[in-house]
Amino acid sequence: MSLLLIWRQLKRNRMAMLGLLIVLIFTLAAIFAHWIAPDDPIAMNLRQSVEGPSAENLLGRDELGRDILSRLIYGARISLQLGLIAVGIGIAIGVPLGALSGYFGGAVDMIIQRMIDVMLAFPAMLLAIVLVSILGRSLNNAMIAIGIVSIPVYARLVRASTLTIKEMEYVQAAKALGQTDLGIIIHQILPNLLSPIIVQSTLQVASAILWAAGLGFLGLGAQAPDPEWGAMLSSGRDFIRHAPHVVIFPGLTIMATVLGLNLLGDGLRDALDPRMKL
Amino acid sequence: MNTEANVPLLEVKNLRKYFPIYKGVFAKAVGQVKAVDDVSFSVTKGQTLGIVGESGCGKSTTGRTLLRLVEPTAGVALFEGKDIFALGAKEMRALRRDAQIVFQDPFASLNPRKTVRDIINEPLQIHQVSKGKERQKRILELLDVVGLSSSHLRRYPHEFSGGQRQRIGVARALALNPKLIILDEPVSALDVSIQSQIINLLETLQHEFQLTYIFIAHDLAVVRHISDTVAVMYLGRIVETAPADQLFSQPSHPYTQALLSATPEADPDLERNRIVLTGDVPSPLDIPTGCRFHTRCPEKTDLCTKKDIHLFDQGGGHFVACHLRTAASAV
Repeated sequence: MSLLLIWRQLKRNRMAMLGLLIVLIFTLAAIFAHWIAPDDPIAMNLRQSVEGPSAENLLGRDELGRDILSRLIYGARISLQLGLIAVGIGIAIGVPLGALSGYFGGAVDMIIQRMIDVMLAFPAMLLAIVLVSILGRSLNNAMIAIGIVSIPVYARLVRASTLTIKEMEYVQAAKALGQTDLGIIIHQILPNLLSPIIVQSTLQVASAILWAAGLGFLGLGAQAPDPEWGAMLSSGRDFIRHAPHVVIFPGLTIMATVLGLNLLGDGLRDALDPRMKL
Repeated sequence: MNTEANVPLLEVKNLRKYFPIYKGVFAKAVGQVKAVDDVSFSVTKGQTLGIVGESGCGKSTTGRTLLRLVEPTAGVALFEGKDIFALGAKEMRALRRDAQIVFQDPFASLNPRKTVRDIINEPLQIHQVSKGKERQKRILELLDVVGLSSSHLRRYPHEFSGGQRQRIGVARALALNPKLIILDEPVSALDVSIQSQIINLLETLQHEFQLTYIFIAHDLAVVRHISDTVAVMYLGRIVETAPADQLFSQPSHPYTQALLSATPEADPDLERNRIVLTGDVPSPLDIPTGCRFHTRCPEKTDLCTKKDIHLFDQGGGHFVACHLRTAASAV
């Protein structure tokens, strides 16, 4: 399927376009944070602690007098980076596991799937907390933990698709040509897994950002003074009564990003589904 | 069978393929689907063997076991003297250069994510045949041979019609200069007008490259046209095999006679004695005792229900598996 066709299909879906717009805004903010942010995200100014939104500080200042808008913009950098790397880890491990599992079946499938079952037996967030506790608190470890938590999603998705694809006649044809099993997985099956993986990844980045915010809120993710959205929520929660803007804006940002990614993901799923074609 | 021209390229003996059926928690085998049950035939170099039969009679399975796409349960398949079923992985890989397959469904047999160039390049890549410019030349040559042009190289399968896709499939099968091509219902999925084009193409290619075909189909007219020898399969077994002309002019087995009488004729005034078979094909899970056709045979006798029967030589390369014909020729 050509990219143009996917784009045309996606363009007809208004919610998906809204999602794409949100994602684009956050991506641009993350990339150009250095130029866009009006202030230094970690420069403290205690005299202006928890100051409300004003013309000077559009979203106000936090408990240490740091500019919230700037922190959110820099936070986009952390969140998007974290989302992408965590999902990258999930794909790098989950996709091969799923492909092997689905393609070979039998004992290989049994062993891999029981391992996945064990991982799925724990709620993702709980598993991530355990992993970070073991690895130690830091942004990098949170990233690794979220990556590991994403593995089962990909392993299951890829296994299911592989089961269908391996029965296709072009896989038989490749076998008849003498292509090795590994060659078949890489050259015949993987290209056909691309669209479900892309769709899942868009949704998965959203989950990763949410989990990272959760870990940050618990103090297990990014450490001060990193402007991480979840950590911002956490440190601002004491001021929720008399300076609600300190938590409202990070909260809204997380919500908007996750919503945007989910809308885009749903739209992509529809656009990439061959049955939805005109 | 004394001249060199008659040397069989492929000789299959007692080929069997049983698919076990598993049931329950402990995956106990509770039965077997006898898809191919003791099939023997041979194909002469440069000729075409047609295999016909209803769907589910095991003709496709037979073709696929020959390339080990499905592992056979038992049997021997001598390809130029070597037993295909006994080859190790490496030797099997080498053999795949000599034996190729074209599939029925040209929509399913081409990877939708690959361009025509990639698809035809694949066999050359896998077997490390030629490089760089030489390989590009070979790809263009193959496209030309099957009647496509270089402008098609960068397109994806979904941009082609059924006939064109089947041409791509044929080009892929030809890429390694095989000696034997198994054509697994290559035209069944195509429009009638396109069928003849592909059949003609296959015939031209056969002469040009001295190819040997195993042509699997359920369309008798097509098989008659292209085959030198025809084998009729029923429930996993060959019930009659003969040179094409003879099989169609003097069918001997009641099943073959029924099949032939079911072929539509383009003449409304023609008096026709249709032999209409009653009942369904018995399940290959539970094959009838005796002659496996007796449940539907219009001529069955007591003997047929009791005693199994194998192919019997009627002379002139005509073999039939029928008690009645055996008795007739013996008397």
